[in-house]
Amino acid sequence: MKDTYEPYVTEDGRQIGGVLMEMKNITLRFGGVVAIKDISFDIREGEIRAIIGPNGAGKSSMLNVISGFYHPQEGEVWFKGEKRKPMKPYQVAQQGVARTFQNIALFEGMSVLDNVMTGRLTHMKSNLLQQVMWWGGAEKEETANRERVEKIIDFLEIQHIRKTPVGRLPYGLKKRVELARALAAEPMLLLLDEPMAGMNVEEKEDMSRFILDVNDEFGTTIALIEHDMGVVMDLSDRVVVMDYGKKIGDGTPDEVRSNQDVIDAYLGVSHD
Amino acid sequence: MPDQLLFGMEVALNGLMAGVLYALVALGFVLIYKASGIFNYAQGVMALFAALTLVGIMEGQVPFAHLINAIFGTKIHHLGTPIPEMLDPDVTIAYFNTEGAGWISWLLGGIGNFFIWPINNFDIVLALIFTVFVMIALAWAVQRFIFRHLVNQEPIILFMATIGLAYLLEGVGELMWGAEVKTLNVGLPRGIAEGVESVTEGWFGYGFFLSRLDIVAAVIAAVLVTALTLFSQYSKQGRALRAVADDHQAALSVGISLNFIWILVWSIAGFVALVAGVVWGASSGVQFSLSLIALKALPVLMLGGFTSIPGAIVGGLIIGVGEKLFDFLMNPIIGGATENWFAYVLALIFLIFRPQGLFGEKIIERV
Ligand SMILES: Nc1ncnc2c1ncn2[C@@H]1O[C@H](COP(=O)(O)OP(=O)(O)O)[C@@H](O)[C@H]1O
Ligand SMILES: [Mg+2]
Repeated sequence: MKDTYEPYVTEDGRQIGGVLMEMKNITLRFGGVVAIKDISFDIREGEIRAIIGPNGAGKSSMLNVISGFYHPQEGEVWFKGEKRKPMKPYQVAQQGVARTFQNIALFEGMSVLDNVMTGRLTHMKSNLLQQVMWWGGAEKEETANRERVEKIIDFLEIQHIRKTPVGRLPYGLKKRVELARALAAEPMLLLLDEPMAGMNVEEKEDMSRFILDVNDEFGTTIALIEHDMGVVMDLSDRVVVMDYGKKIGDGTPDEVRSNQDVIDAYLGVSHD
Repeated sequence: MPDQLLFGMEVALNGLMAGVLYALVALGFVLIYKASGIFNYAQGVMALFAALTLVGIMEGQVPFAHLINAIFGTKIHHLGTPIPEMLDPDVTIAYFNTEGAGWISWLLGGIGNFFIWPINNFDIVLALIFTVFVMIALAWAVQRFIFRHLVNQEPIILFMATIGLAYLLEGVGELMWGAEVKTLNVGLPRGIAEGVESVTEGWFGYGFFLSRLDIVAAVIAAVLVTALTLFSQYSKQGRALRAVADDHQAALSVGISLNFIWILVWSIAGFVALVAGVVWGASSGVQFSLSLIALKALPVLMLGGFTSIPGAIVGGLIIGVGEKLFDFLMNPIIGGATENWFAYVLALIFLIFRPQGLFGEKIIERV
């Protein structure tokens, strides 16, 4: 299935299209440390693509390359069929790639609503003068942005904390707010770095459900990093496995599970 | 009412007016510090530079005239037409004249004049707009040639860079516009506000002496602060600015260019500096001591906190009123110029009990 690139429909009825993003022979070094060694893989429209691997394998680095936070020494990034120039993170975001962080990066001093609202910045077109004069569709735009934000807040079931300053929220809810902010951008590609790390079982189940629903209802393509094999196998359409900066497996969950290199990597290291 | 109390009230009111200006200068600091973690020592020099530029443009001075003359052996100094003369003086619409009238007509007259001023002084408005562009260009240059190269450096290094910037800017200002003391006449009213005097005379039997310039300065500052607050709360760029002030990484991930926001915030700080420079320069002339107003902002920041806009405003007012009142009450007893040190001592005492400032969050050390 993964080699044909014909559009197809998954067992649960979701549409998977052509290649949205492709990483070609990416190598990333930090001084002497090679965080990513010559890795290639692609992400197809509409799919949930997982990147897994033990701690320090280079998963976050890969996500940072995609989102423009890190710049690889070698290799190419292709997006929507075009080779991407080296880009700043804000430029990548403006292209329709939203993300969350392993260590949560929220605006701690702002309310939940304000945080999610900043996710709409790339959609705010009116200039300052128009906003002041409330002309040229500025009002319509503001209303549309608010509606979208409220919809996402409802969707992720965080209405009850809309006005709460984010700094006061517990960890699990912060992760959810961060997801809400990323979703507010209506991204083409959503990158999630360990969305379930540090959560209890119930929170993990909620988050898994949200990820599936986002993909299903909004048709958003999702690339996510996860530590926990079990969760990943349930969620994703295809999986990339990394170990020590190298790709050691790539395929459907079943294919990956039976891959000897992957089994070795996961048995050979203690995963917390 | 006892005389002593009325004197005290008059002194406090005067202090309030001075405090507004302190608040304005402190505001410039807070904006840059919040958005980029840079403590901008050059804020005072920026006020000087802005005022110098405004005067230079209004007088039709040729920038860098000395330099040009030295290199090319020319003798240029001014353009043919100073900008204030470019316009026909006949366009002047009469100001509302409400002196000596009751306080309602006095207030209405004040508001009316506030809106008529730009029409009467269209030439000055033009010069102001020009100066704003120069300040924006300065903001861009500061970001492009200095701070872009210092991203992720220690705060102390950024601070040192602003000290360098302060002296550089002072030198450039002098090179561009000359070193002589200049008077800045932007048509702001002068003298004692007779309206206030007559109204308070009617109320208390004692007329308060307030300078008209101080009142106008307070109104301008209030308008500026309101505009800035609305901007940061409701505009796209204001939202982005608050985001950058809160978390750089998160701001990047929602598509905000840090570079753009930093240029924006330096431009706003430049604009605030221009307003402070104009008001201060109008009362005491444009000279290099103007850059020392930065020193007045320091105790305000210690009081109000380095990251709080309301803190800067309230801190400025407290220091303004406090220093005038303290001088009024204590000068007869201890003598000397208490205004020189009072603000710092007040700030120091405050620091000891509330190091995070008036509005800062309490800092709790996690161990
Ligand atoms: N900004 C950085 N500077 C230096 N080394 C880094 C940086 N980011 C990641 N690394 C290194 O790259 C390797 C991979 O890290 P990371 O991508 O965070 O792994 P993972 O997310 O799979 O746990 C590690 O050895 C880490 O120390
Ligand atoms: Mg990681």
